[in-house]
Amino acid sequence: MKKDIVTSAIGILVLTLVFGILYPLVITGISQVAFPGNANGQQIDVNGKLVGSQLIGQQFATQVVKNGKPQVDKNGNPVTNPDPRYFQSRPSATVPPYNGAASTFSNLGPNNVATEQEISANIQAYLALEKPYNPGLTAAKVPVDAANSSASGLDPDISVANADIQAHRVAAVRHLPLATVTGLVSKYTGGRGLGFSGESGVNVLDLNLALDRMTGARA
Amino acid sequence: MTFAGWLTIVLFVVVLTALAIPLGRYMAAVYTGERTILDPLFNTPERLLYRILRVDPHREQDWKAYAKSLIIFSLAGWLLLYFILRTQTLWNWTGLNPEHFHSAPWNVTFNTTSSFLTNTNWQYYSGETTMSYFSQMAGLTVQNFLSAGVGIAVAVALIRGIVSRSGSSLGNFWHDLVRTVLWVLTPISFVIALVLVFGGATQNFSHYLSFNGPTGLANSIAMGPVASQEAIKLLGTNGGGFLNVNSAHPFENPTGFTNFVEMLTVLVIPAALVFMYGRMAGNRRQGYAIFATMMVMFVGAVCVAYIAEAHGSPAQHAAGLHTQVIAGSTGGNLEGKEQRFGIAGSALFDVVTTVTSCGAVNSALESFTGIGGAVPFANLSASEVIFGGVGTGLYSILLYVLLAVFIGGLMVGRTPEYLGKKIEGREIKLVTLALLITPLTALFSTALATASASGRASISSAAAGTPQGFSETFYAYLSQANNNGSAFAGYTGFIQPNAGSLGSHGVTFADVLGGFTMMFARYAPILFALAVAGALAGKRVSPAGLGTMRTDNPTFVVLLIGVIILVGALTFFPALLLGPIVQGLTGHLY
Repeated sequence: MKKDIVTSAIGILVLTLVFGILYPLVITGISQVAFPGNANGQQIDVNGKLVGSQLIGQQFATQVVKNGKPQVDKNGNPVTNPDPRYFQSRPSATVPPYNGAASTFSNLGPNNVATEQEISANIQAYLALEKPYNPGLTAAKVPVDAANSSASGLDPDISVANADIQAHRVAAVRHLPLATVTGLVSKYTGGRGLGFSGESGVNVLDLNLALDRMTGARA
Repeated sequence: MTFAGWLTIVLFVVVLTALAIPLGRYMAAVYTGERTILDPLFNTPERLLYRILRVDPHREQDWKAYAKSLIIFSLAGWLLLYFILRTQTLWNWTGLNPEHFHSAPWNVTFNTTSSFLTNTNWQYYSGETTMSYFSQMAGLTVQNFLSAGVGIAVAVALIRGIVSRSGSSLGNFWHDLVRTVLWVLTPISFVIALVLVFGGATQNFSHYLSFNGPTGLANSIAMGPVASQEAIKLLGTNGGGFLNVNSAHPFENPTGFTNFVEMLTVLVIPAALVFMYGRMAGNRRQGYAIFATMMVMFVGAVCVAYIAEAHGSPAQHAAGLHTQVIAGSTGGNLEGKEQRFGIAGSALFDVVTTVTSCGAVNSALESFTGIGGAVPFANLSASEVIFGGVGTGLYSILLYVLLAVFIGGLMVGRTPEYLGKKIEGREIKLVTLALLITPLTALFSTALATASASGRASISSAAAGTPQGFSETFYAYLSQANNNGSAFAGYTGFIQPNAGSLGSHGVTFADVLGGFTMMFARYAPILFALAVAGALAGKRVSPAGLGTMRTDNPTFVVLLIGVIILVGALTFFPALLLGPIVQGLTGHLY
């Protein structure tokens, strides 16, 4: 009994040093030397200024300004409208949307009225933004990723079908030929992992930054 | 459903089997003291550790001595982890708390500590708004290694009891623990952590990033030593994410490639242990029979989940969304799923982590369809024996094997024997106790939480008063009792209005009941399993005769599957009906 207690006490301290300090330090050291870009979160700079991480989705929206005052909701988060010059990310359940410091699921159940209302609202918002540029668009043609919240609330990707619909709006607003925009969509479409694992998707931040490089950033 | 989706599932099964067989051979060598390829690397650290710990690794322990060492070591781990988590700001001098997070309250910490000690990794806290890097590393990562080591040690001890030819020794706990963490967990998690960083995962000690996006909106992004913890979290079937959304977070699981690697990491040791068992038992076919049993149930679960999720949810259909696969879109129930994993990659991942006691998720279980969500329920109801947790899965299914042998013996009217050892009243009593404690704990805690107002306080507002609310509660205690740790995550035990834990408070009822549920349902079965090992260790082996029931053929596989399903269904079916099944069958919106 006493021997077990001594062994356990020493053991837990020694093993904490090995696995709690040494192991993460060694992995961090090797990663920082071998894969510094990945290890530091795949940061993207534009003109020397950080604009985000390639892996973390963003909300491409602008804050609503009323009477010269930026609007905030009752929790102090900015009230925003989607910026039509940009491809829009998937719905996000974080507060505010795409809060990279507080990921969360929507936790909406499959049979809940609240879920149906949320999805309907997402469909309506999508139609309001895209239908003027896609006259044939109906709720039934909205790709699921555009109406369902992602798991992390930080999904960096949208589906190709979703991007192809949005391309019409972006091309019109930016006065670009549609073919140029769809060309960019294909360029920033990632394939499946190892050719079979997962789904292909379009990295929204990459795509939007490429557009900005082409036609200049927000006016 | 897509061709690539089915292909992923088939390739996963093939690659898993191809990796598990050689790993099983290697692990058998590790525990029987044969030479292995990593001896030159670890022999010296091993001897050094024994000297520091003042143990003689060759001192044989009977089941009581083995259990005593295990319990005291776990208690020491509990106390240190609770201390580290509660004194989080005390360690700011290390520079590993760049966001200056405060400790979570005592009740949440009680739950978290019990959770990581028991290999459950149930998380009421959110990683990136509560935990310092120091707590994650020195506290949680350590127990990711050690709780996995303890689980494997128990499995090895039970195997020794089953196969021993004389005496009452089960080996030595310290020897098994040290060899597990050095020879098995350290090298594999080292490699996997680096593969994950190579694949895009994050590993640093930086401040959170702050920036303005292309449209000028301010944002910040959590950072941290993610990959090192991710690797052992999966390998040790722990499942506690560094970040709140676990393996759905792009920093934990950035691509389809890492998703495939992560799923293999979860299952490789539980599958290898089965092959290891066949070798240690001196009859590899015994291992193959158990592997076949597990694989049949696993593939069945995957197919049901994939088909159900590809079909879409009633809420989607009511909103007018079409859920077929169309060109360029996954279709299906994409609520709570990431585009890069799609339906198949999400369904497969969540089945992989709920058949094992891992409990990591890359999609929101709460948003799974009724039938898709019933699959994790069923996996947990089968008491985590479809591969199961590292070690826990093997020792649990071996107990089921003994039960199946006993039932088979009754049916043919012969004295039940397993590998030449008579299975008698004492063993069967212990086996029954070991197998029934987990379901009874789960049902008792669920009943308590459902019947009391303080229990119902944890249900998410959208689900309150609906079958979904019962699903949340039931899943919470089923998951904690099975030491799984996955969640219908709307269920809450921690109210945190601000990042950094200031002004936060725990839901004491959920935190405390959950903590005791996890510990009781972990350590009581371990004690009974070791007692079974002790009872079997001293038995004489009689040679197999013509009338001996074979335990390595397809008939026995069918019998074993039948027993597992029967016990699970008898215990859990009424409760399952009230939650996921009613939602899946009616398609009604609540």
